[in-house]
Amino acid sequence: MSNPSNLKYTASHEWVKTEADGTISIGITEHAQELLGDMVFVEAPAVGRKLKAKEECAVVESVKAAADVYAPVSGEVTAVNSALDSAPEAINSEPYGAWIFKMKPDNAADVAALLDAAAYQAVVDSEAH
Amino acid sequence: MTLKQTPLNAAHRAMGAKMVDFGGWDMPVNYGSQIDEHHQVRNDCGMFDVCHMRVVDAKGDGVRAFLRYLLANNADKIILPGKALYSAMLRPDGGVIDDLIIYFMTEQWFRIVVNAGTADKDIAWMKQQAAAHAPSLTITSRDDLAMVAIQGPNARAKVWQVLPQTKAATEGLVNFQAADCGEYFVARTGYTGEDGFEVMLPKEKVEAFWYALNKAGVKPIGLGARDTLRLEAGMNLYGQDMDESINPLEAGMAWTVDLNSERDFIGKAALLANPPTRKLVGLVLLDRGVLRGHQQVHTAHGAGEITSGSFSPTLEKSIALARVPNGVQIGDTVQVAIRDKMLAAQVVKYPFARNGKAVI
Repeated sequence: MSNPSNLKYTASHEWVKTEADGTISIGITEHAQELLGDMVFVEAPAVGRKLKAKEECAVVESVKAAADVYAPVSGEVTAVNSALDSAPEAINSEPYGAWIFKMKPDNAADVAALLDAAAYQAVVDSEAH
Repeated sequence: MTLKQTPLNAAHRAMGAKMVDFGGWDMPVNYGSQIDEHHQVRNDCGMFDVCHMRVVDAKGDGVRAFLRYLLANNADKIILPGKALYSAMLRPDGGVIDDLIIYFMTEQWFRIVVNAGTADKDIAWMKQQAAAHAPSLTITSRDDLAMVAIQGPNARAKVWQVLPQTKAATEGLVNFQAADCGEYFVARTGYTGEDGFEVMLPKEKVEAFWYALNKAGVKPIGLGARDTLRLEAGMNLYGQDMDESINPLEAGMAWTVDLNSERDFIGKAALLANPPTRKLVGLVLLDRGVLRGHQQVHTAHGAGEITSGSFSPTLEKSIALARVPNGVQIGDTVQVAIRDKMLAAQVVKYPFARNGKAVI
């Protein structure tokens, strides 16, 4: 499994991409989608909602189970990916393309402090044992 | 705890299965996409490892009379050799010990297939009842047998391709009838709402049978799709839709409980003394989301609860079985509590799908 090195990660299996305008896109990792299986429903947070780091803010549901998605850092929701309403399976086919929501982080340094690809892989490996 | 393995464990791993702990058994949940596997069964055919389920043979003079007393459904309904009957086995207080299938083979031999998680308590109960009421009978757990379900519109043809020696004895089988073909016991039964066979065979032959089916184009199907297939077909899952605390008449099983004949059976007095106040209905979610077991259902007649819920690949909507007060009617709209929201669902008559098609 290869987690893109240009992304940041959380121990709760979100990936975080810093966009050119300083906002961040958030999705769930390849490992998370693999565990959950076929996605059938995504509930994104409302645009404008203020989130605290590690706050539950979205839900992804597969045929098998529902899983919470957590805010990786504190900030405000700026956009949601409405394409996932009709095509939640994009999370399975392209986990690192299928962003769920975007945030404007309160503090860019919080994003820099998230896990890098190697540190996230170590989290995945430790869960397997 | 070490998980129990079926004789197909290595085959599942070789075929890329994702394995999970299913009631103490190491079983395949899918081999890739659960939804693709679901459609595969509805549209063509697929095979399921059901070796964890237990085959029990009840033999001896008077076996029919014993089953007539042991089970809520009436063993007298099956007269044609090989014919099968679905039944609940009840506690004296009416709670469901298990749901099972019995096959009438001869007046000295009925075969019984029970659920994996309940097999040991079922057999203990059967032996206890036999000792008290029919001591000459033998109740034998057939741990030497394996079982594979092949389900879908093309399932029977694929089995005949792999086991041509069974074709003559099985092509005339009606739904819910089995033939004893020596080493292979072939039953036209299943848990998907599709045509097909369940094949019981010696354990040491099952891996070769599995690979031969696969070579003939039959794809393996995991427990994930097995659950959505049975839910669409409106079939109960023991431990979810009913258990020892549930009256079968409140679990959609009234059609399997024979209260009309004179015959006495274990649990009958309790069922007559406690008329049902709730019933099992189907739900289709009208809002966006996914219905799941244990979600609370709010109706004009009081509270209910979802017993099984998931996403229906055939309907492309979320569906559920729910136990609700008797006053709730087909067509009613009810509210389901999902996380912090109340979502609307319509009460429907299940099954939701049969023979490849949506039926609601």
